[in-house]
Amino acid sequence: MSEQKLSFEQALERLDEIVRHLEKGDLPLNNSLELFEEGTGLLKNCSAMLDDAEQKVVKLKKGPDRKPEELPFDEEL
Amino acid sequence: MERPVLSVSQLNERVRSQLELDPQLSDVCVRGELSNYKIYPSGHHYFTLKDSESSLRCVMFRAQASRLRFRPESGMGVTAFGRVAVYPRDGVYQLYCNALTPEGTGDLQIAFEQLKAKLASEGLFDESHKKPLPAFPERIAIITSSAGAAVHDMIRILGRRWPLTKVLLLPVRVQGPEAPPEIVGAIRYANEFHVADLIITGRGGGSIEDLWAFNDERVARAIYASELPVISAVGHEPDVTISDYVADRRASTPSNAAEIAVPDQEEIREMLSSLSVRGDQAVRKRLDALRERLRRYQEKRVLSDPMAGIDDRRQDLDHIQQRLCSAEERILAGKKQAFIRLASSLDAMSPLRVLSRGYAVAADPSGDIIKSASALEAGQKLQLTFSDGGASCRVERVHLDHGGET
Repeated sequence: MSEQKLSFEQALERLDEIVRHLEKGDLPLNNSLELFEEGTGLLKNCSAMLDDAEQKVVKLKKGPDRKPEELPFDEEL
Repeated sequence: MERPVLSVSQLNERVRSQLELDPQLSDVCVRGELSNYKIYPSGHHYFTLKDSESSLRCVMFRAQASRLRFRPESGMGVTAFGRVAVYPRDGVYQLYCNALTPEGTGDLQIAFEQLKAKLASEGLFDESHKKPLPAFPERIAIITSSAGAAVHDMIRILGRRWPLTKVLLLPVRVQGPEAPPEIVGAIRYANEFHVADLIITGRGGGSIEDLWAFNDERVARAIYASELPVISAVGHEPDVTISDYVADRRASTPSNAAEIAVPDQEEIREMLSSLSVRGDQAVRKRLDALRERLRRYQEKRVLSDPMAGIDDRRQDLDHIQQRLCSAEERILAGKKQAFIRLASSLDAMSPLRVLSRGYAVAADPSGDIIKSASALEAGQKLQLTFSDGGASCRVERVHLDHGGET
């Protein structure tokens, strides 16, 4: 599904848009129910993104070609 | 040779442009005592700076005055920074002051105020140049020391609030003479390879000397030139550096920078559940309204009892049939009457009926009815027909009504 490709921010924006449409109630019932289904999917995705998120921390190093190289970040307290 | 006659405006203009030619006057630093210090309702500050022998008119506009970190009062010894120029309306020159420091401040503080005044006049702190921060940064570049509490605080808070954001550390020295070029290099590098969509640069607290790299003009200019938004996060709450002024956003501490940089997942989860509730309610409301409409339709008789309509039609049919039948009867009765009338008049005209009243019909032997006596001859045979029979006769004599006799 295309919504999987949305960033969190885009998904949240789309959700907001969907809810405002549903609240206006200006769409035919079929479309409303389709939107509702899309919204439910987005909600599930957003929650899953947060639940599954694991913070990634890397140290950037300038590689031999100047391009950034990612190194693991060790706690050096 | 006659001297040219100048207007007052021309002369003042002449002096003004002469003064502007002196580059030293555009960036001066002068020590003196404040007197006649006044703050106008416009927010501009007007005062005189004097020593034992001389005085200098000064003005500090609201924007610069709002950055003052102490309350100036008449009698105070200060160092003032700014440019000297002519105020043409009054024909006086004055110091357009960008910054003031109270007496007794150290050299670093004076250098700080000088740089701040200079960069302010160049527009490096202008609000209009500040870029908005991304609401949900996907990657954040942290430019700071990889040792020390600051970086760990930031990583911890970023992870707790918004673990979706990837953190890229660009380790730099944050104090000592190497620090400014390293910080500048990292800011430029982050921009060149667009490694993130937001930069946080800063360090934990320390003395004014420790924080000095973030008061470096090169660092300030690199932050200003950065296309990626920059949050400056230096020291503790009361420490303010040049980087703080020039950055798109000032954080009071590195931890505060992490709070500014990313949303709080608790708030976002609440937002999600409120959107979910609103969506549910909207759809339920819609369905309830439709159900209510349906119910109203169901209450109507045509739908609840479909045979009702047919029964009605059936009754209609009966009425029509009845009306048809009675019409038929009426027509038949009429016809019958007419028939009876016709039949009786036919009867009245029947020849037999005439004969029964005593008449007879005469006919010749061939059966032709004789209607006139003149058609008869004596000796001729006649056939007489009565109502109940007939007779064969012979004419003996014919006599006509007008006397003729044959």
